[in-house]
Amino acid sequence: MRRYSAFAIAREAARYHQGWERAWASPKPKKKYDVVIVGAGGHGLATAFYLGKNFGITNVAIIEKGWLGGGNTGRNTTIIRSNYLQDPSAAIYEKARSLYETMSQDLNYNVMFSPRGVMMLAQTESEVRGYERTAHANALQGVTTEFISPQRVKELVPIMNIDGPRYPVLGALWQARAGTARHDAVAWGYARACSDMGMDIIQKCEVTGVRQANGVVTGVDTTHGQIDCDKLAMLVAGNASHLADMAGFRLPMESVALQALVSEPIKPCIDVVVMANTVHGYMSQSDKGELVIGGGTDGFNNYTQRGSFHHVEETVRALVETFPIISRLKMLRQWGGIVDVTGDRSPIIGKTPLGNCFINCGWGTGGFKSIPGSGWAMAETVAKGEPGALAGAFGLNRFTEGRFIDESVAAGVAH
Amino acid sequence: MLILECPYCGVVADETDLHGGGEAHLKRFGPGSSDEDFQTYLFHRANPKGVHFERWRHVSGCGKWFHAARNTMTLEVYGTYSAQTYEPPKAIINAVIKKHPEWEGYK
Ligand SMILES: Cc1cc2nc3c(=O)[nH]c(=O)nc-3n(C[C@H](O)[C@H](O)[C@H](O)COP(=O)(O)OP(=O)(O)OC[C@H]3O[C@@H](n4cnc5c(N)ncnc54)[C@H](O)[C@@H]3O)c2cc1C
Ligand SMILES: [Zn+2]
Repeated sequence: MRRYSAFAIAREAARYHQGWERAWASPKPKKKYDVVIVGAGGHGLATAFYLGKNFGITNVAIIEKGWLGGGNTGRNTTIIRSNYLQDPSAAIYEKARSLYETMSQDLNYNVMFSPRGVMMLAQTESEVRGYERTAHANALQGVTTEFISPQRVKELVPIMNIDGPRYPVLGALWQARAGTARHDAVAWGYARACSDMGMDIIQKCEVTGVRQANGVVTGVDTTHGQIDCDKLAMLVAGNASHLADMAGFRLPMESVALQALVSEPIKPCIDVVVMANTVHGYMSQSDKGELVIGGGTDGFNNYTQRGSFHHVEETVRALVETFPIISRLKMLRQWGGIVDVTGDRSPIIGKTPLGNCFINCGWGTGGFKSIPGSGWAMAETVAKGEPGALAGAFGLNRFTEGRFIDESVAAGVAH
Repeated sequence: MLILECPYCGVVADETDLHGGGEAHLKRFGPGSSDEDFQTYLFHRANPKGVHFERWRHVSGCGKWFHAARNTMTLEVYGTYSAQTYEPPKAIINAVIKKHPEWEGYK
């Protein structure tokens, strides 16, 4: 793989950009791999990357029914933060956030990580108490956050109306080192690095069945034929229940649609991410100048990758109330993704009832931020056959044992 | 906009007047049951791609819980029916089969 650099740009400019090579190969599947990963979203690709980098396992195929990064990884609003309440969450999200800081260098691919700061508004007394509690918990976890005053909120975001008639801003949970990154670039950067390690990324190939013998996985059936493997890792987000069904078990999960939209591009007017959970909306500004807006999930099972219109209306109403200057903006695009929501709003990482078959899902409305940390923890789980310290608490067994990682407050709105 | 007819009051309601309650016809396990059964009842969901039997409440109307048969891939609605039943009635099953003869049936 030829490295990307300022020098490479100059070299290619001098020869009319004829010399760029393809970022990743598109091979035919082999008969058998050590590890087959289903789903080339951020989590699947990051798992493959760390299997190679941390454990030297490179006889790996990543099988994707559509195009890589075309699932939720390419549909999200790219918020990266680690100010969760529970210890296991803070550990894995903070690991991920810190890996984002060096991701562009590690992958030699500019993922445009922008630690611009994320602000979660407190607009009711219970939210104030909740976020103060989170700030204290974060202090104990070693995650730097602070609860800031309405005046400080106004200084950071001058376009915000902090004296709204319904829900005046009473403060905010502020994580200065949180931010955003370019979602496609995260998938593309990992894909390029995985392909460089000799892994096979097989796109437009759907897994249609899971093969097993004596309670142990032996391979998968796909639209390109049978592919055998020693170990299988499923990282298919909203399709997790469907894959589990093929493997013969059920998950504590439901799939629902979550939507986002972007406005026409305007001059820079907001340089942090603002989340307003009470009124249900969040917003940031992309480098192109579009306001990136996310809203709520539909209240019913859905696999159609589009959501109900009334959610768009609710979200826009909430944001116009919070940022009056956007009231005349036109919205350019709207889309949906199918998110995998668990009972305690925390992900599942670990073993399954089927031997040598591992699962990583349930990131729901908030798993872009966790991609590198999740891949790190999942690679360890797959390589060793047992979850390590980061993944340990997230096993399926927590539902039998009642050991929930309750983040339902933190995930009250999509993020 | 998802539109369902409440089988109790007959009102044809928009989804904003309704509240989804998830999978219908769950077999209830309570105290004394095994951990496995209790977990299954509380958390495990079929979450199918395709035909789904689910609970809805007519919150901004008569307030009653009812059941609906719906497709999670196409969003088509096959019908709604009373919650006073352990499994989908024949008429609903037939409505599904009429549109999808290949459907593997209610499990
Ligand atoms: C509108 C929206 C906004 C969001 N905003 C944020 C945010 O601001 N911050 C944040 O942290 N998170 C956010 N999220 C959540 C985040 O996008 C997801 O948690 C994350 O991208 C999940 O990544 P993944 O790799 O697990 O899944 P995906 O990227 O969905 O990848 C799974 C892949 O598996 C493939 N697949 C499925 N079934 C099969 C099969 N049978 N065979 C082969 N391949 C298969 C799919 O095609 C897909 O490409 C948002 C999500 C949405 C929808
Ligand atoms: Zn009614």
